Amino acid sequence: MDEALWAFGRVSGFVSLALFTFSVLLGILNRSGRRLLVLPRFSISLLHRNIALLATVFLGLHVGSLLLDSYAKLNVIDVLVPFLGAYRPFWQGLGTVALDLVAAVVVTGLLRHRLGQRTFKAIHWLTYAMWPIALAHAIGNGTDGTGKWFLVLAVASVAAVGGAVIWRLSATFLETAKAREGGLR
Amino acid sequence: MSRTLHIDWTKCDGRGLCTELLPGLLGRDDWGYPVARRGDRTDIAIGRDDAEAADEAIKLCPKLALRVVGGGAGSSGRPAGC
Ligand code: HEM
Ligand code: SF4
Repeated sequence: MDEALWAFGRVSGFVSLALFTFSVLLGILNRSGRRLLVLPRFSISLLHRNIALLATVFLGLHVGSLLLDSYAKLNVIDVLVPFLGAYRPFWQGLGTVALDLVAAVVVTGLLRHRLGQRTFKAIHWLTYAMWPIALAHAIGNGTDGTGKWFLVLAVASVAAVGGAVIWRLSATFLETAKAREGGLR
Repeated sequence: MSRTLHIDWTKCDGRGLCTELLPGLLGRDDWGYPVARRGDRTDIAIGRDDAEAADEAIKLCPKLALRVVGGGAGSSGRPAGC
């Protein structure tokens, strides 16, 4: 039973990270105001949100199964407060930090209409810190984190997210950038 | 009193989600901003057929620039949930 929980804990962690990676890419695409092939803008927005929520569910399963598993020696405090864990406390602590950031981003995301754009956006910027922290946690803490297949995937997703961030910072990022340049200076 | 969709121009950034969801009511100008197909540019009358799409647009507008005004009781301008 323990073996199974532990295996499930690892797999759900990877699934969660992969989904968060997609969500970050979709969030950036959403911000650009562009469509993706046949997908309209509102679909990208919904996909971004729903994939983020699904990733959060897997994050819950990841932490939940490792809490129940005796091998990981995780307790409730480690889930909320970073760097106190028994097993590789630094790398596990990064996971805790990422979890706290995800909780803040998801709650403020769902309450966006109540909190207002400014608060939502201020917290939403934390995603740019959360993603690399989660990735570092997976590499440093996971049993398979330094395995070859995982490192290949990690390099590919760093390239994808890095590329998207560079695009985000470029002058022609917004769909309307061309039309508006010159006009409103 | 009929419901109208109010566009807050201080917030709208012309991201075009509302124009996709309400193609019958809103077109898009060259800079991406929504333009009412008829009537008032800022307070757009919503017919019964567009009510649901208008609620979606309010929920999804990335800048929270949209709300419903009028329509009598129960209309807080905010969609339920989310
Ligand atoms: C309930 C969950 C969420 C909701 C409702 C939500 C909603 C949104 C919205 C509306 C935007 C567009 C903001 C704008 O255009 O001004 C956005 C952007 C973005 N989101 Fe989310 N989001 C959620 C969760 C997440 C999570 C968990 C992540 C990270 C994994 C994430 C990453 C991003 C990124 C990277 C952007 C682009 C930000 C920028 O560069 O300006 N989101 N999100
Ligand atoms: S969805 Fe919002 S920001 Fe985008 S064009 Fe419509 S009102 Fe403006």
